[in-house]
Amino acid sequence: MPKIKSVARSPHVDMTPMVDLFTLLLTFFLLTAVFIPMEPAQITIPTSVSAKSVPDHNLMTIYIAPNKKIFFNYDNGQDTSYHYRAQLLEDMGKQYGIKFTPAEIKHFSNAGTFGLPMKDMKAWLNVKNAKDAEQMQTGIPMDSLDNQLAWWVRMARTVNPYAEVAIKADGDVEFPVIKKVLDLVQSNGVNRFDFITTYDKEEVGLNDLPK
Amino acid sequence: MAEIIQEEKRQKGGKKRPRRGVARVDMTPMVDLMALLLTFFMLTTAFSKPKVMVITMPEKEDKPHDQPKIAANRTLNILLGDSDRVYYYMGVADPNKPPLPALIPTNFSKDGLQKILLEKNKDLFTKIAEYKEARLKGKIVVADTTADDYIKQLKIDDKVGPIVLIKPDAKAKYKDVVAAINEMAICNIASYAIVDLSPTEKEMLKSAPR
Repeated sequence: MPKIKSVARSPHVDMTPMVDLFTLLLTFFLLTAVFIPMEPAQITIPTSVSAKSVPDHNLMTIYIAPNKKIFFNYDNGQDTSYHYRAQLLEDMGKQYGIKFTPAEIKHFSNAGTFGLPMKDMKAWLNVKNAKDAEQMQTGIPMDSLDNQLAWWVRMARTVNPYAEVAIKADGDVEFPVIKKVLDLVQSNGVNRFDFITTYDKEEVGLNDLPK
Repeated sequence: MAEIIQEEKRQKGGKKRPRRGVARVDMTPMVDLMALLLTFFMLTTAFSKPKVMVITMPEKEDKPHDQPKIAANRTLNILLGDSDRVYYYMGVADPNKPPLPALIPTNFSKDGLQKILLEKNKDLFTKIAEYKEARLKGKIVVADTTADDYIKQLKIDDKVGPIVLIKPDAKAKYKDVVAAINEMAICNIASYAIVDLSPTEKEMLKSAPR
């Protein structure tokens, strides 16, 4: 019997199915991508059973970091025609007698969360190095002499009266600090707060009732 | 390279014809790039959006006004101290009317605060839980908003459940306050508020057993 000779073939692997799958997954991730936003500080938020999502628009978020630094974020509005952030910075500039250039305002519009005194704002918007910019984030002053957070909240409410207030605070911050922020926001006519928490399922039914 | 191009043997002599190339594109770089992008998107995508717990605080008024009268026998006070300590007592701690109620230590576990709240709020909790169960089983078919309104009305109509006052101390942590409010949501407590400690309660908390 003749020996069966195996034909030497090029070790070629058909990659088409793999490419198909990759394209599919890539498209999926591209379309569903909601990026994890950059945050100025590591904040561990408490858990709750609330399943309501954070609204996407009309929201101002006050961050309270473990070191009690206050940061602020504000959204640009439902679509690109609103420019809420630009308006906010201009109004704040007027309040503190600082004139911002169009380039600075544009930069601010896309800057995300910030936490620094108004006097540093201009310098912060012109800093090129990301590391330096981060160093300048010393928190928004909130003492009674120079309550800049109050002005941010007030101006943000003026620019967009529908803006809700969300509080994203670290679980280990003492409550009086939070209370101070809540009082400050309340004095601007907002009585409804969204505490940002992570969802933790806990079901208690009729069977759990003590007999 | 995944593909090794073999040199084919040329026919002896004859004209040199341009060999018809196989229409095969090397896809390796494309796959490389896609794998890279895919990894990037997978790592940066935030899948679980954070949730919010909505709190409505009573409106502040410049003029001090009469405190709303609360039935003392319905009042459940939750005192939050430093290092996650939790105490509760029923009624009102009035220094003019001794004896002062004793603080009972508890915690945020299922057998702690939750048990007490469920016991006190049995009536309303049962009503809401039964309603939710009936909806789940399809006995009642209503829209979510209608159901929410119905539950809200049940809470407003409740006349026997506890009125919970959450009183955080100066050293209480934010997460404890959130945990306390969370228990209110779990146990369907109709009325609760975050209140400051009275001087008497501060003293009580100081002398409370650790």
